[in-house]
Amino acid sequence: MILSSDKKVIFRSNWLPWVLIAPQGFIVLAFFFWPAGQALLQSFHQSDAFGMSVQWSGLDNFAALWRDDTYLESFKTTALFSVLVAGLGISLSLVLAFFADRVVRGIWLYRSLLILPYAVAPVVAGVLWLFLFSPSVGLVAYVLDKFGISWNILLNSAHAMTLIVIASVWKQISYNFLFFLAGFQSIPKSLVEAAAIDGASVWQRFWTVQLPLLTPTLFFLLVVNTVYAFFETFGIVDATTRGGPGKDTAILVYKVYFDGFKAMDLGGSAAQSVVLMAIVIGLTVLQFRYIERKVHY
Amino acid sequence: MKRKFLFPALALTFFAATAQAQTEIQWWHSMSGALGDWVGDIAKDFNSKQTDYKIVPVFKGNYDESMTAAVAAFRAGNAPHILQVFEVGTATMMASKGVVVPAEKIMRDAGYKFDPKSYVPAVSGYYTAPNGQMMSFPFNSSTTVMWFNVDALKAAGVSTDKLPQTWPEVTLAAAKLKASGHKCPFTTAWQGWTQLESFSTWHNTELATKGNGMKGMDARLVLNSPLHVRHIENLGNMAQQGLFVYKGRAGAAGATFESGECAMYTNSSAAYAGISKNAKFKFAVGTLPYYPDVAGAPQNTVIGGASLWAMAGKKAEENKGVATFFNYLSDPVVQSVNHKRTGYLPVTMEAFKITEASNFYKQNPGTDVSVNQMIRKTTEKSRGIRLGNYVQIRTIEDEELEQVWAGKKTAKEALDSIVKRGNELLEKFEKANKS
Repeated sequence: MILSSDKKVIFRSNWLPWVLIAPQGFIVLAFFFWPAGQALLQSFHQSDAFGMSVQWSGLDNFAALWRDDTYLESFKTTALFSVLVAGLGISLSLVLAFFADRVVRGIWLYRSLLILPYAVAPVVAGVLWLFLFSPSVGLVAYVLDKFGISWNILLNSAHAMTLIVIASVWKQISYNFLFFLAGFQSIPKSLVEAAAIDGASVWQRFWTVQLPLLTPTLFFLLVVNTVYAFFETFGIVDATTRGGPGKDTAILVYKVYFDGFKAMDLGGSAAQSVVLMAIVIGLTVLQFRYIERKVHY
Repeated sequence: MKRKFLFPALALTFFAATAQAQTEIQWWHSMSGALGDWVGDIAKDFNSKQTDYKIVPVFKGNYDESMTAAVAAFRAGNAPHILQVFEVGTATMMASKGVVVPAEKIMRDAGYKFDPKSYVPAVSGYYTAPNGQMMSFPFNSSTTVMWFNVDALKAAGVSTDKLPQTWPEVTLAAAKLKASGHKCPFTTAWQGWTQLESFSTWHNTELATKGNGMKGMDARLVLNSPLHVRHIENLGNMAQQGLFVYKGRAGAAGATFESGECAMYTNSSAAYAGISKNAKFKFAVGTLPYYPDVAGAPQNTVIGGASLWAMAGKKAEENKGVATFFNYLSDPVVQSVNHKRTGYLPVTMEAFKITEASNFYKQNPGTDVSVNQMIRKTTEKSRGIRLGNYVQIRTIEDEELEQVWAGKKTAKEALDSIVKRGNELLEKFEKANKS
């Protein structure tokens, strides 16, 4: 094994590299490609719940989605939700990490408290926030009521959206925070100090020195948070609004979950997951093509 | 801690060894809380009365969760012997060929007497296939009723001698409650079931064609009739005036009635168990409200709850065990005891008579309301509702009705939309289950 100058590892053996990546390859095949392939296959099927009569239905499942106005509507809902979750999640944790980086004493306590929410399951996070925001018994709803705001997540779409965004962001902040904090700490002190000596303010140092050096982290988190908002938030929606009022918080992945696991319409659910997969792959490709160019490694 | 755990585990192994002669019958159900205790007691009673079979009840989560679990188990070849399926899943179970053994057949094969005519028509009709065969065993059937907080009504000056029975009377009572400062005069649980499905049969009006789907899978929704529009419009107006306060999907409204926050609400008759346990006020139950000017109203309400399905692909001996258990549940005395304990309906006429003879209805006024709503002769339009993809259609009903309560859509727009979106799903179901 030789480490060449451009960081590439060169193996002399023909089989060793394959053996070394085999475990990871197996996991990726068994848990990603195989289910994805199944979903793709199922999306062309129409079957009863128990799988007793399975028929090839071509693009019927997709055509049905196309005809469903509410499905098209939920693209807008999902876009709004994802932008809010990724945007707020990343910027808030960047702020938190920025300040945590400057804390001198008790950093471990500060850090642990911020990481804690990551250990909470999405459904539990949803229920916690639902308790706070529930119109009848919630503490936040009670306080808002004192200020003359009639809080009602059951019928007010903006309120319901606010709730699921807060719960989803809260859950993801810890993860983002960890990466940003590591990013801040890996920036050589000398660079920041040199800027300070040159008379740069805290804000200028952040904007011109630290942030450009953080762009790899920022880019990574952008991809991860987009995927998170698209795929991993159905537990929160199911535990809080169940897609309501109307369909105003029914993001795409929630409908995949509901149609597949509650309503047992596997063909329709598979078609939706294929669409969702395509969107996320597309978004990730876009991010790598256009945004990654602005990243300094 | 560890040692404590070891003992019962050891004891269990011994038990398993001695009980091997018995045939175990797995029963997956969705009864939690007080109702879970009830299911446990039924199994205990059955197991103590004979030695050939042992019923093992397993709680598998909500109705939709246990059904999903059973689907997965069936595909993997590990289905339970008996599965409790909610009424919404009936069409799905019936349409899936080779998945279940009809309840009638499994009992006849085992040599037990089975008389579908002994059942309350609205109950047996719901679970009978178009060819006249009873497919599942009616276990826990409830129906829609109106619950009243008598103390709140009295405080608002509403007469409680004759509780509101019609929608105009309910609206009037709600207005009085509101005028007296009540924050939530009326609410409803299970809006699709109470305000559309049961509302339709109660007014002898079709919810869907083909006798609400009972006669074939090519049924289509027609719940945008002038009567439906009138009712939803009414409720929408009540919502704008603060007479009807929406408290969420499914059974969410239950807690707001039990806590005293809401004074009147429509829900299942089986809410009795929870209300009698939690309510710290005097409550009463009445029939589902109706419009007195509609010809044929009130007819009968539609059932909810669940039935037991015998899963296919089991050994003959196990099927016999299932039949023996169904036979045990067919005993009118057992049914009467179950009815009195849970608020679920007595599923046979005989069980109703036994309960009546025991003076239960006299001692517990109102407990017969649900029964009287159900034991009438049914019509083509009121026999039951059997629609495919119904879990999704119920959600569509929730989504569209919420738009009316929020004032974003008119009743007509919302109901038209339910019909359009629902019919897409019905067509899809018909296609998927054609062969």
